[in-house]
Amino acid sequence: MKAKTHTITLLGVSTAAAMVLAYVETLIPVPFAVPGVKIGLANTVAVFLLVKRGWKAALPVSIVRVLLSSLMFGNFASFAYSVSGALLSMLAMIAAMKTGKLSEIGVSVIGAVFHNAGQIIMAIALTGTKEIAFWLPPLIISGIVTGIAVGTVAVLLVKKIDFKQ
Amino acid sequence: MNRRTLKNDVIVIAAIAVVAAVIWCVVKLSSKAGEFAVVELNGVETARYSLNEDIRAEIACGDGCVNTLVIRNGEAYIESANCPDKLCVKQHGIRMTGETIICLPHRLIVRIIGEYGVDATV
Repeated sequence: MKAKTHTITLLGVSTAAAMVLAYVETLIPVPFAVPGVKIGLANTVAVFLLVKRGWKAALPVSIVRVLLSSLMFGNFASFAYSVSGALLSMLAMIAAMKTGKLSEIGVSVIGAVFHNAGQIIMAIALTGTKEIAFWLPPLIISGIVTGIAVGTVAVLLVKKIDFKQ
Repeated sequence: MNRRTLKNDVIVIAAIAVVAAVIWCVVKLSSKAGEFAVVELNGVETARYSLNEDIRAEIACGDGCVNTLVIRNGEAYIESANCPDKLCVKQHGIRMTGETIICLPHRLIVRIIGEYGVDATV
């Protein structure tokens, strides 16, 4: 019973933290003229949960965060982009984690790159414009950079935050 | 995290960077100077301008949304827009076939096409 309460609390706090991070991020101006470039601060929570508690904790938090954020701040289009990015990113990170050969940084980079790829795929599907693939190279590079930063934070979180049980 | 996983991280990151470079090369090699800028709203072509003439056109898309398209020196760009994110204004001018400026909030796409109106890329 105690373990269950702990899990419920952990997932609730994680979802809230991820949502706040996603909101804080919208306040930071992005100096690039490429649509979709962002830091992905909320992914620190996802990587942390994935490492500490596995996909059964990370996946639901990611989905609930996207659902709640879209309900509060978004519209249908933004929901479609968020959910496709978040899902593809999470699945790729779960697969990367399963190999057991990558650190938080590698997992986070893969998550960031697949997040951007998922949004591009959704944008192509929604607008029927295959030329949007033009944005893939800059988005992949930005995913590498932000993924390394987010992964480094996740390394610290995993090291510093310890569950006593 | 240890030295071994860190090495794997570097390999994965390098591989991803190579993929990005390959996609970039394919995109660049398959494009050439275009002839027309095509304006699409909601996926439907509404106007077509030659890149050889300098113009400034107001593109209205209902509900008061306006993008100002400018063609100058064979290059098309969005000079101003009243969409919330202004990403289309920040984007560089386009002149090669297949290049696009996309304003997602207004569902507006400006794309460059080649000779005879044929979409030459891909």
